[in-house]
Amino acid sequence: MGKPKVGVFGFTGCGGCQLEILNLEEYLLDLVGAVDLVHFTEAITEHSDDYEIALVEGSVTTEHGVERIKKIGSIANIVVAIGSCAVNGGLNCMKNLYGLDKAKELVYGDKKDWIDSIEVKPVDAYINVDYYARGCPPNRFEIVDIIRSLIVGRKPEIPNYPVCIECKRNGNTCVYELGKTCLGPITRAGCNSRCPNSVEGCDGCRGPVDDPNVNAQKDLMEEYGLSIDDMMAEFNLYNACKGKTIEQK
Amino acid sequence: MADNINVEVKSVSRVEGHGDLVLNVKDKKVEKLIFRIPESPRFFEAMLVGKNWDKPSHITSRICGICSVAHTYASVKATEKALGIVPNDMILKLRKLIFHHEIVQSNVLHVYFLAAPDFLGGGSVIPLVETHPEVVNIALRLKKMANDMVRIIGGRAVHPIRTVVGGFTKLPTEEEMYQMREMLNASYADLETSLAVLKTLDLPAFERETEYISLSDSVDYAHYDGNIKSTDGWEIDPMDYLDKINEKVVEHSTAKHCWAGRDSYMVGALSRFNNNHDNLSDKAKEYAAELGLKAPCYNTFMNNIAQFVEVVHSVDDSLKLIEELLQEGMDDSRAMVEVRPQSGRGVGAVEAPRGLLIHDYTYDDEGRIEKANLIIPTNMNYGNIERDMNALVPDIIDKSEDEIRLACEMMIRAYDPCISCSTHFLDVKLVNK
Repeated sequence: MGKPKVGVFGFTGCGGCQLEILNLEEYLLDLVGAVDLVHFTEAITEHSDDYEIALVEGSVTTEHGVERIKKIGSIANIVVAIGSCAVNGGLNCMKNLYGLDKAKELVYGDKKDWIDSIEVKPVDAYINVDYYARGCPPNRFEIVDIIRSLIVGRKPEIPNYPVCIECKRNGNTCVYELGKTCLGPITRAGCNSRCPNSVEGCDGCRGPVDDPNVNAQKDLMEEYGLSIDDMMAEFNLYNACKGKTIEQK
Repeated sequence: MADNINVEVKSVSRVEGHGDLVLNVKDKKVEKLIFRIPESPRFFEAMLVGKNWDKPSHITSRICGICSVAHTYASVKATEKALGIVPNDMILKLRKLIFHHEIVQSNVLHVYFLAAPDFLGGGSVIPLVETHPEVVNIALRLKKMANDMVRIIGGRAVHPIRTVVGGFTKLPTEEEMYQMREMLNASYADLETSLAVLKTLDLPAFERETEYISLSDSVDYAHYDGNIKSTDGWEIDPMDYLDKINEKVVEHSTAKHCWAGRDSYMVGALSRFNNNHDNLSDKAKEYAAELGLKAPCYNTFMNNIAQFVEVVHSVDDSLKLIEELLQEGMDDSRAMVEVRPQSGRGVGAVEAPRGLLIHDYTYDDEGRIEKANLIIPTNMNYGNIERDMNALVPDIIDKSEDEIRLACEMMIRAYDPCISCSTHFLDVKLVNK
């Protein structure tokens, strides 16, 4: 692929993933030079419906969003979901847990029927997604690596091992020893264990590895006197849309 | 030009989130002028119900990527107030230090990447790379400095990790404190060049006096903490915000609008400047004077200049905070104060880059949230944005449709609206198109 036409699109989320692209700072001009950026509402006025690669941020939470994501899917050759909200629904999915109608009523009262809001779903519930830059926010260098790989025609390498591996390599004290809960044992690495590095438990924002060792996580929680409910409270922060698959395992 | 205009800008660009502009002019009279918000609601107030006290700051940080530090602290402060937690002086200073650099990062992003292309020509920052490379490089360096400060103190530039209820999970090392001091000192050269560039900009001479509301403090140029103050002469404790600040659903509008003493008010850098200019650093005052920013200022476009003046102040004040922290010593044993769950209500008010931000939580005995209310700066500005545009358009009605459209977009961008912050925007279909 030569200089690909790239569009950056935002759905329901905080804009933090697009900001992480802008936060590339010293690499930003190289990135902008290597691609033809045709659509990026947060940063530029120019916009076009002619693109090969779509970077999509945010979850799909409205009827209007369903139409938009389907259109993007029909234009782009390659779709990259960036950030937890796009990858697995992310934090937005807590709305589903609470109950859509109840949530509407709590926030909007008798005006709730004015709201276009449907069950939260990740991007791949509607269109084919080729690559995932996970995390909240995503690791900006992983986004660069994915784009670079696409330009040179190489398959991006995304880790499929747990955060514990990176955490051990970084020489951290296990946060369970400090009385905290951590989803590192089942969560996909690639963030360089950034939360445990800061003496916080992993919230699982990158989602589980392909075949998570849930029993090991349960044993660990038990060893430190924590329950499955404690684990699910953590897991559901970013993975409520996928929660059932973990509970059934 | 034609007497009738129908402008519809889908997704006003270079603002954070999605907003549409609708303008209908008939016989040279403005019939309809709306800044419409199709951004989907996210229901954070519902997500927070039942959550343990240690979760809300991480959850609400995700309301907005650009002002995640501000949401974190509005949340942390609301929880600490409800739970009766009083952080120590070292924690407060470190919080003020990280807070400065979200303001710097956000103000630099706005002034250079989002607003400047309107004044320097070119649709966006990308053409500026060719035409004004020095400006783009200054912006990238300043932004990186600020983001590195947040990375060092918070563990990450977007959605900080280490800033939690009770204090910090990890403190910066002494070496990192020296490193930050060096980065800050190095930024002065870029601030000086920026001053020269900004002096050349020709900002529209539009004026409309309104009510300006911000936090205010007797000593600090209030960002992290203070009372809520209005240029209309009132000042209240944040716990009493409901006595003055009202939210309503406006039929013609897409968003809840806020009002206090008048039918609309403004928040953000210009409001902070109008209320707190006496507490700016000497250099920031000097830069304000050079750029023609003088309180009280009623020109909305000068919000861009006020944002830059704040960057200068934040760099100055950061150096002062670092000196104090180094002198007093930073001891890990003081990084956290003890947290004990209890029932109660707490309000946390901070100045997000875009203005006053309020989180209001009620906790039960076990330290779980029963009720949450969040009031977002961009919500507060919507009423004022529409009134400003309604005042602006008749003055420029004889210009071309493109010029009018650009002027309106520039006006919206001057507010630096942050639409993702919307916790409760309403999507209303337009009848008249």
